[in-house]
Amino acid sequence: MRHTCLAVLLSCLATFVSALEIEDYRLFPGTGDRVLRVISTGDLEVFEPYLLAFQARQPSLSIDYTVVSSAQLYQAIRGGAVFDLALSSAMDLQFQLANDGFAQSHRSETTTSLPDWARWRDLIFAFTAEPAVVVLSTQRFEGLDLPTTRQELVTLLREYPDRFDGAVGTYDVRDSGLGYLFATQEARSTDAYWRLSEVMGRLNPQLYCCSGQMIDDVAEGRLAFAYNVLGSYAADRLARDSGGRVQILGMQDFTNVILRTAIVPTTARETAAAGALIDMLADLGQREAPGDWPLPPLGQTGTDNLVEFGPIRLGPALMVYLDPLNRRAFLTEWENAMEQR
Amino acid sequence: MTGTASIGRRLTLLLAGVAALLSVLSWWMVTGLARQAAERTQDNVLAASVTTIAETLRSEQGEVRLELPYSAFSMLGAISEDRVFYRVATGDTFLTGYDDLPVPTEQISSGGRVIFDTGVYSGEEVRMATVSRLVLAGTQPVSVKVTVAQTRGGVASISAELSQLAAFLSVAFFLVAVSLSAFAARTSLKPLNEIAAAVSRRGPSDLRPLRRAAPTELAPLMTSLNRLMDRLGQSIRSAEDFIAEAAHRIRTPLATVRAQAEIALRSAKDEDQKQRLRQMIRAVDESSRSAGQLLDHATVVYRSDDLVRTPITLSDLVRQTVAGLEPTAAMKDIRLQVEMMEGKVQVDPVLMDNALRNVLDNAIKYSPPETDVTIAVSAGDSEIRIAVSDQGAGLGDGPVDMLTQRFQRGTNTQGVVGSGLGLTIAKDVLVAHGGRLELETLEGNKGTCATLVLPSS
Ligand SMILES: Nc1ncnc2c1ncn2[C@@H]1O[C@H](COP(=O)(O)OP(=O)(O)OP(=O)(O)O)[C@@H](O)[C@H]1O
Ligand SMILES: [Mg+2]
Repeated sequence: MRHTCLAVLLSCLATFVSALEIEDYRLFPGTGDRVLRVISTGDLEVFEPYLLAFQARQPSLSIDYTVVSSAQLYQAIRGGAVFDLALSSAMDLQFQLANDGFAQSHRSETTTSLPDWARWRDLIFAFTAEPAVVVLSTQRFEGLDLPTTRQELVTLLREYPDRFDGAVGTYDVRDSGLGYLFATQEARSTDAYWRLSEVMGRLNPQLYCCSGQMIDDVAEGRLAFAYNVLGSYAADRLARDSGGRVQILGMQDFTNVILRTAIVPTTARETAAAGALIDMLADLGQREAPGDWPLPPLGQTGTDNLVEFGPIRLGPALMVYLDPLNRRAFLTEWENAMEQR
Repeated sequence: MTGTASIGRRLTLLLAGVAALLSVLSWWMVTGLARQAAERTQDNVLAASVTTIAETLRSEQGEVRLELPYSAFSMLGAISEDRVFYRVATGDTFLTGYDDLPVPTEQISSGGRVIFDTGVYSGEEVRMATVSRLVLAGTQPVSVKVTVAQTRGGVASISAELSQLAAFLSVAFFLVAVSLSAFAARTSLKPLNEIAAAVSRRGPSDLRPLRRAAPTELAPLMTSLNRLMDRLGQSIRSAEDFIAEAAHRIRTPLATVRAQAEIALRSAKDEDQKQRLRQMIRAVDESSRSAGQLLDHATVVYRSDDLVRTPITLSDLVRQTVAGLEPTAAMKDIRLQVEMMEGKVQVDPVLMDNALRNVLDNAIKYSPPETDVTIAVSAGDSEIRIAVSDQGAGLGDGPVDMLTQRFQRGTNTQGVVGSGLGLTIAKDVLVAHGGRLELETLEGNKGTCATLVLPSS
């Protein structure tokens, strides 16, 4: 009897684990029995300070933190995986989850104090606003004027194809939900996107799933620049720590600003604790001074005044590019631009 | 006052009721209209959205292609925070969107007309707009059906908000209407209250007709009120006339009877017969006195209705009355002492003479022979007092107030002829002049003091 139980449990766990490609995981043990299960796209080192701060408030609560890709997170929640809180930078996928009824509502004084654009229906709450930036290697750009618009970047790439051949990095939008969001929003907002993609496609671009590796490659000089990286404080700090080898650049013609959002999945059990964590994050999102947190608040970012372009709107329009037909059409076009050998 | 509700309150309640009805009605109508407007707005946006999507339909290499335009959904996001679902299908083959969206199954003409429907999806009520368009796929035109659905939270919240606003306005309207109703009721009842006040301000015997401007609705009431008062006055006057006439008619034959009885008494020898004749004379005296007093009383009642005040010297008045009673006093060897004071009063001389005469008459009648009766006239700050004191036995033990009532006589009246109307007459006269009659037994039963008090005009 005992054995069969265990077997069932193990097989359940196995299917679950196999379904979910976990990138990182940590349990922050608390003094009590209750466990808050958080699924997130944010790296552990970025979120650790937040989780520790929250645990300081509720020491009895254990926090189980799982890091997955945004697509994985979306699949997991849609598939009914049991989590109390889902934090993601892919606001389109988060929105789709909320729209399709996979999120439950949470309402508190803090969430109602959030600006209108930072929440939707008491279901999604934004707690950071982060711009997409270009991370470049100063060494590789030596002697060149730093581009401030996409047009300037295109001109530069055309002028020095040798210098940049194989040294241009960006997201593989087929793998990265965030990359896809950046690409679609940019394609919608500026026609320079396709021109840039064409030019980059001719330079044997390196495609990445995640920003961390891209930044590392820039730091080590393998890449001249990485295009469309999430410019959080973490990237900022990295640039500062690199001793001038890495620099962060915002495009002045147009910049995407995404909102990192939280939802409470319908499967959540510790809804009160999840709500409390959302409140803490939303509170921090509304702080005036940047402070010592790894992620910027909603109101301002350290990277120039890029937020002036305004964040991508949380609304049903986000679902447009998630439509399979649209996605297929967009990816075809993107592949045509990026993969021309 | 018996318990039918006041007209004012009834009028106010009626008007307030009407106001309440109107308030509720207007609230209900505004709420309905607000909901309709919100629904129509949503329908319009849904229609725009679904048409924009349908317009992007095209065929590519025999296949139906579709590119959801960004604006199709962003316009839905702009009107409210509502969930959005969509579905695109050709005939039975599902192309994209939410396959299980309960789209209307009926055949839709491909004329580009938008069909609306309401259903439930994902646990919420949704409004759906469906349009159908023919697209050439290969050689065959196929009909593609596009549906966009949106939950109705925005509609509900807008109409709830407006309904709340309407409710607030309705309540405010109601409150204003109620206070206006109360005001209107009070204003329209004002003439009535004024008439009532005028009537109640009148003295008990003031039966003059009411002369004041009254609204047309109240004119009949005024007329009948005046007619009633007129009739009342007439009947009182005729009753008094009748009493006076009756007294007069009784007195004359009584005088004859008395004269005859005196003659008979003088010629009678038999002691027994004399005794009976004396009793007869006494009874006649009594009747005659009563008739006289009744006549006087009727005069007092009649004259005090509208008092004829004439300025008259106080001493003249007293002296005349005293002179009139001097013979009566002399018969009992009673001395009438007058302590005079100069001054003038505004009174009805006939009535005042009547009052003083009755009081003086009592003093003489209820005093033993060879005593003094003092008439003292004095003036205070606001009143003139004519005090008549005697040296009789006083007023007895009974309540003094009783003695001024009609036909009430004291216990000390054995053998004294009287009707019990004298003090009533005196009191009525004084009250008619705005004064009063004070009666007291002097200390140690050493006599009575009756004081006529008049306000000094
Ligand atoms: N000066 C007085 N001394 C004693 N008793 C008095 C005196 N004046 C009045 N009374 C008492 O008050 C009663 C009422 O007086 P009132 O003058 O009204 O009636 P009356 O004298 O009996 O009859 P009449 O109508 O003939 O005067 C008298 O019957 C008498 O008992
Ligand atoms: Mg008398």
